[in-house]
Amino acid sequence: MLATSPAFKQNATEALGNPSLQKALHRTRPQSSGKRAAAVAALPEFERLRDIGRDIKDHTLAHLDFYLETYADNVERAGGHVHWCSSADDARDAVLQICRRADARTVTKGKSMVSEELAINEHLEKHGITPIETDLGEYILQIRGEPPSHIIGPAFHLNREDWEESFRKVHTDLPADRVFHERRDIMTEARVLLREKFLAADVGITGANFLIAESGSSVIVTNEGNGDLTQTLPRVHIVLASIEKVVPTLEDATSLLRLLARSATGQDFSVYTTFSTGGRRPGDLDGPEEYHVVLVDNGRSGMVGTEFHDMLRCIRCAACMNHCPVYFAVGGHSYGWVYPGPMGSVLTPALIGIDKAANLPNASTFCGKCEGVCPVKIPLPKLMRHWREREFERHLTPAIARANLGLWAWFARRPALYRLATRAAAVGLGLMGGKRGRFTKLPFAGSWTDGRDLPAPEGDTFFARYAHAQRKAKP
Amino acid sequence: MSRQAILGAIRRGLRRGELPEDQKLGLRARLTAHPRHLIPARSQVPRPAQIALFIRNVEKEFGTVARVTDAAGIPPAVAEYLAAQNLPTAFAMAPHPELRSIPWDSRPLLHPREGRAEPTDLVSVQHGYAGIAETGTLMLPSSPERPTTLNLLCDTAIVVLRVSNVCGPYEDAWDRLRAEPGFMPRNVMLVTGPSRSADIESTLELGAHGPRRVHVILLDDDPAAIG
Ligand code: SF4
Repeated sequence: MLATSPAFKQNATEALGNPSLQKALHRTRPQSSGKRAAAVAALPEFERLRDIGRDIKDHTLAHLDFYLETYADNVERAGGHVHWCSSADDARDAVLQICRRADARTVTKGKSMVSEELAINEHLEKHGITPIETDLGEYILQIRGEPPSHIIGPAFHLNREDWEESFRKVHTDLPADRVFHERRDIMTEARVLLREKFLAADVGITGANFLIAESGSSVIVTNEGNGDLTQTLPRVHIVLASIEKVVPTLEDATSLLRLLARSATGQDFSVYTTFSTGGRRPGDLDGPEEYHVVLVDNGRSGMVGTEFHDMLRCIRCAACMNHCPVYFAVGGHSYGWVYPGPMGSVLTPALIGIDKAANLPNASTFCGKCEGVCPVKIPLPKLMRHWREREFERHLTPAIARANLGLWAWFARRPALYRLATRAAAVGLGLMGGKRGRFTKLPFAGSWTDGRDLPAPEGDTFFARYAHAQRKAKP
Repeated sequence: MSRQAILGAIRRGLRRGELPEDQKLGLRARLTAHPRHLIPARSQVPRPAQIALFIRNVEKEFGTVARVTDAAGIPPAVAEYLAAQNLPTAFAMAPHPELRSIPWDSRPLLHPREGRAEPTDLVSVQHGYAGIAETGTLMLPSSPERPTTLNLLCDTAIVVLRVSNVCGPYEDAWDRLRAEPGFMPRNVMLVTGPSRSADIESTLELGAHGPRRVHVILLDDDPAAIG
């Protein structure tokens, strides 16, 4: 996927003025945090499980080479094949070769963010193979030629009208005057059409939420069941998985699964959690004959041992974006690449380069909500700060921002002056803010106040208030 | 060679070479011991409460449950369920000895056909390997006697499960499965309720691609579990 991350600011401005997107964001925002909160409240052990989840991932990453080799050996033992791929190109080619050997004409696909990252669909199409997305959200995005805007609810930015319009446009075999009474009618139309595709496909491609070293299994988690149909019906199953998905044992995966659905959708457990190990066994009446794992690095090994190492713990639950005020203001497409929200702001620069994604780590208010809900306790704000430092060091920060930072530093080194200036500003802005207590417009900050109001300071500076409280506390 | 390149890059990041043999031994011992982590207390309750929790959780996730006291009660339970849902009486059934020994002839209107599910089948009857009370989840491992398509292709999935096979947490079900010959099966599905999607306007709808209905027939074969 071509990154438009450098245009984040422009993307964000457009998103703020897009009524259809804003409607979808307003609809989704209250649910996305409320459901998780209810699921977490119902499991008293949740906080302790987060520590366990973090520790399992840390243990695995500290021995990643060992667990990957163990995993790969066990896949082969179960009759599967592992294709190690350093780069996106390697992975695309590995997938294409497997499809070609299988004489594939159509390929069904379960939801996979790694597939988006590698742009598998474009590659297959270029070589005459038709990929068909089967996750309902991914299906409509494929029809509309749009990228996903969320890592688990890829099409949440669309409204019902968009679904109906797109279905009418491409499902031309159906009566043009049919009526969609409910959302369910839209879903049923897709169910019937995709059922034929599942049955006709030669190859099924899924992602993996986890890889299990002890058994050589890949795990997918879905609610629709499309991933299972994708990997059960065609003759060949290809698993696309990045290297950090491996965990040692079924017990390790189970502990992480207790965190995943609750953090993601607020379910106690997803509807289908499926463990696949090799191809069809003697006597089996169904299942794929061939089982391939395309094991993708694509920049991750370069994060090991760096200040971004912790990001490799991510289990792609989307809790961080579901709780992010920036994400819910501008939506997922503004981030300009596969992974949006706080996790994307850390991961995208690592995978495509900070020079192409310097805006993303700045798209944060540092409210800390993301770290507070992350099931594996990734310190996302700290990691974004690391990127800001790298951006500054590499002189990628715009001149104006550098100049302002320099000005701030000059004052900060002169405490008396600093206090005087901030006090004057606080009191002045407080008076100017008047009764309303906020600014809808400010000189030199037009692009900031276009999207939101600036609250006016209420009273004195922090320093002054702190000193005052200290004096009062003394006997 | 990509394998060596990837492993080499990881080792450079970790500032070490390949792990020494003694450390590998330690990691292999962890794999063999596969230690359990914290297990939520909610399913660590006496047997009758565990079964009640299982049923409650299946129903919470939009599944349904019928309890029967012996195998002879299964055909009437299936027949009643199908009639109540206005469904046909023909179904695809797992070629499992336990299902085969059910006296289906007692209800001549029922038409079981042993095998995998075909696209035209509307109803399936699967053999439940284990139930997990913690979240009302069914464990359905593949085998020649338990084809995977029966979990997926039909609009209505019926699962026959012995009460003695209902466990508390997932870990208990894994332990049972580990003891089976041929572990790990090709495919292990953990199924929690019928298929669903919230992809259209973030609103939950049942019956996306998999079964629209999941019905569990619980066979009371465990006196300790009847509270
Ligand atoms: S960073 Fe944490 S909260 Fe965000 S997707 Fe990854 S695991 Fe979930």
